[in-house]
Amino acid sequence: MDFERIFFFATAGVAVVSGILTITRRNPVQSVLFLIVNFFCIALLYLGLHAQFLAIIQILVYAGAIMVLFLFVIMLLNLGDENTLEEKSGYRKYIAVVLAAVVLVQILTVVAGGVTGPTGTAAAGFGTVEALGETLFREYLLQFEATSVLLLAALVGVIVIAKKKVI
Amino acid sequence: METLIDIVKIVTVMGILLGVVAYVVLLERRVAAAIQNRIGPNRVGWQGLLQPLADVVKLVMKEDIVPRNAHRFLHDLAPIISISIAMTTFAVIPFGDSITLFGRTIKLQIADINIGVLYILAMTSLGVYGVTLSGWSSNSKYSLLGGLRSSAQMLSYEISMGLAVIGVIMIAGSLRLDRIVEMQSGWMWNIVLQPIGFITFTVAAFAETNRHPFDLPEAEPELVGGYHTEYSGLKFGLFFLAEYSNMVVASALITTLFLGGWQIPYAAEMGLSGNLLSVLQVGAFCAKVLLLVLFFIIVRWTIPRFRYDQLMSLGWKVMLPLAILNILATGLAILLIG
Amino acid sequence: MLEYYIPLGIMILFGIAFGIVMSKASEWFGPKNPTDVKQSTYESGMEPVKSARERVSVKYYMVAMLFIIFDIEVVFLYPWAVNFRKLGMFGFVEMFVFIAMLMVGYLYVWKKGALKWE
Repeated sequence: MDFERIFFFATAGVAVVSGILTITRRNPVQSVLFLIVNFFCIALLYLGLHAQFLAIIQILVYAGAIMVLFLFVIMLLNLGDENTLEEKSGYRKYIAVVLAAVVLVQILTVVAGGVTGPTGTAAAGFGTVEALGETLFREYLLQFEATSVLLLAALVGVIVIAKKKVI
Repeated sequence: METLIDIVKIVTVMGILLGVVAYVVLLERRVAAAIQNRIGPNRVGWQGLLQPLADVVKLVMKEDIVPRNAHRFLHDLAPIISISIAMTTFAVIPFGDSITLFGRTIKLQIADINIGVLYILAMTSLGVYGVTLSGWSSNSKYSLLGGLRSSAQMLSYEISMGLAVIGVIMIAGSLRLDRIVEMQSGWMWNIVLQPIGFITFTVAAFAETNRHPFDLPEAEPELVGGYHTEYSGLKFGLFFLAEYSNMVVASALITTLFLGGWQIPYAAEMGLSGNLLSVLQVGAFCAKVLLLVLFFIIVRWTIPRFRYDQLMSLGWKVMLPLAILNILATGLAILLIG
Repeated sequence: MLEYYIPLGIMILFGIAFGIVMSKASEWFGPKNPTDVKQSTYESGMEPVKSARERVSVKYYMVAMLFIIFDIEVVFLYPWAVNFRKLGMFGFVEMFVFIAMLMVGYLYVWKKGALKWE
């Protein structure tokens, strides 16, 4: 096996294990930590696919920003003690099981349909910031500007959620 | 062979970084003493030069106390996160051009990657975890408040930090730090082209490293020791090391981005060449970094601390608009002047 | 491409190893005689009152939310800044619209007092 293949299987293995640990830990803070490990593995997988910019964004935005918010929320709601997160209603569990089964079937159909390996080597400069910026700001102009509206909506959302009574 | 050279480089750089950090602690104590008209530590070795060693031995021999109600695993993990991030951020900073040894050209930078600047920002954003987790896991009120304050502060200034670099990247057209240094040959240092970027970045770097006047997380009168109140022995020492290591790395980063990195103006025209020039350039890099570290230290002992609300409003209401205006101004300048 | 990241990976592993060894060192070399008082958390010499696992202020949560939104903005600026000379005036106007849109939100947040730390 060549280096890239070993790299892939090692990273994917850690990703799966940390994903499982994320949902089985009773302490939410530990779940958050395993989710961060999981994000790191995904970033490494992106790196294996030559998507350098995406890899570092995965760490910068998901591991470095969104998971900090998760930690803050856990502290905010004092979920640090294990028992507060006890799932009360039973029917949600069943819905979750059904949805998970649907996703599993989907994945299996895709895999059974035949997964093709890499069809060729990536072009020089593929996945770099330069290439990504070129595409993003020329071809996906509208989508990019639409993102700003999305972010604006999110900003308003923050205020609505967090500042209900004040002013 | 390549990997072996890499490992030698890494071990050398980490060793030197640790040594420098240890002596920066001593430097800080001596400078503080000089400012306060004291003498400072001068007993261990000549002029106290062995003091860092004595400190480490003392910390190793201390008892490792973990509070009863603490979350044991996270309590152990937090200092490891802090120190490993502080030590590895240096990986993408070029500390010299290249040097020829035994017929091999060795680049004086550990990892020459395409996304250098983003790597540093990513590492900085991960640094929040060490602080937050140490605060939360200790199960002490002082630690928790210190950790939360510190992480909110780091988050707020990270944005200004990220925005302040954009101007430099627009000029260099690359995220590679070695490319950014090359662009600053002669006197075309980015501090000349990007004065506002330099100021916002430096202020943000002070806040990111939790250094005075932004050392709210460990504001002694209110929070005792801040997020590492409940740590002892070398685990406390690791937080301490991480703080100083962050300061050195931040200085190295400011040097690289704004002060010409390892460039010596007109050195290449003076007929110097090859390894001698490279060694001189590494020396110049170290000198610039040390001067900035000295600046960090002097600021700490001369300027009073901010109040927390002042700090937050400075970050969100002054630094952020200033950094964005800087980006637009840089853009206009490049478009009009070229 | 991956080979450029190998030194980075090695350095990160070394950093983590250094952290683990150092943090274990005082467990190995230091004395061990824990007492009940020594293991209680510090509270200015008083008996600790209740636990520190209290709910914390919503302000921190809001800072983290605002941080994510502006962080995403910063992330978009990087590919733009790298290509700035190539994109020219077109790119400048494009980004100006993007930033202006976010600044509307920023001013809204400011006016609502979310940036004020009471």
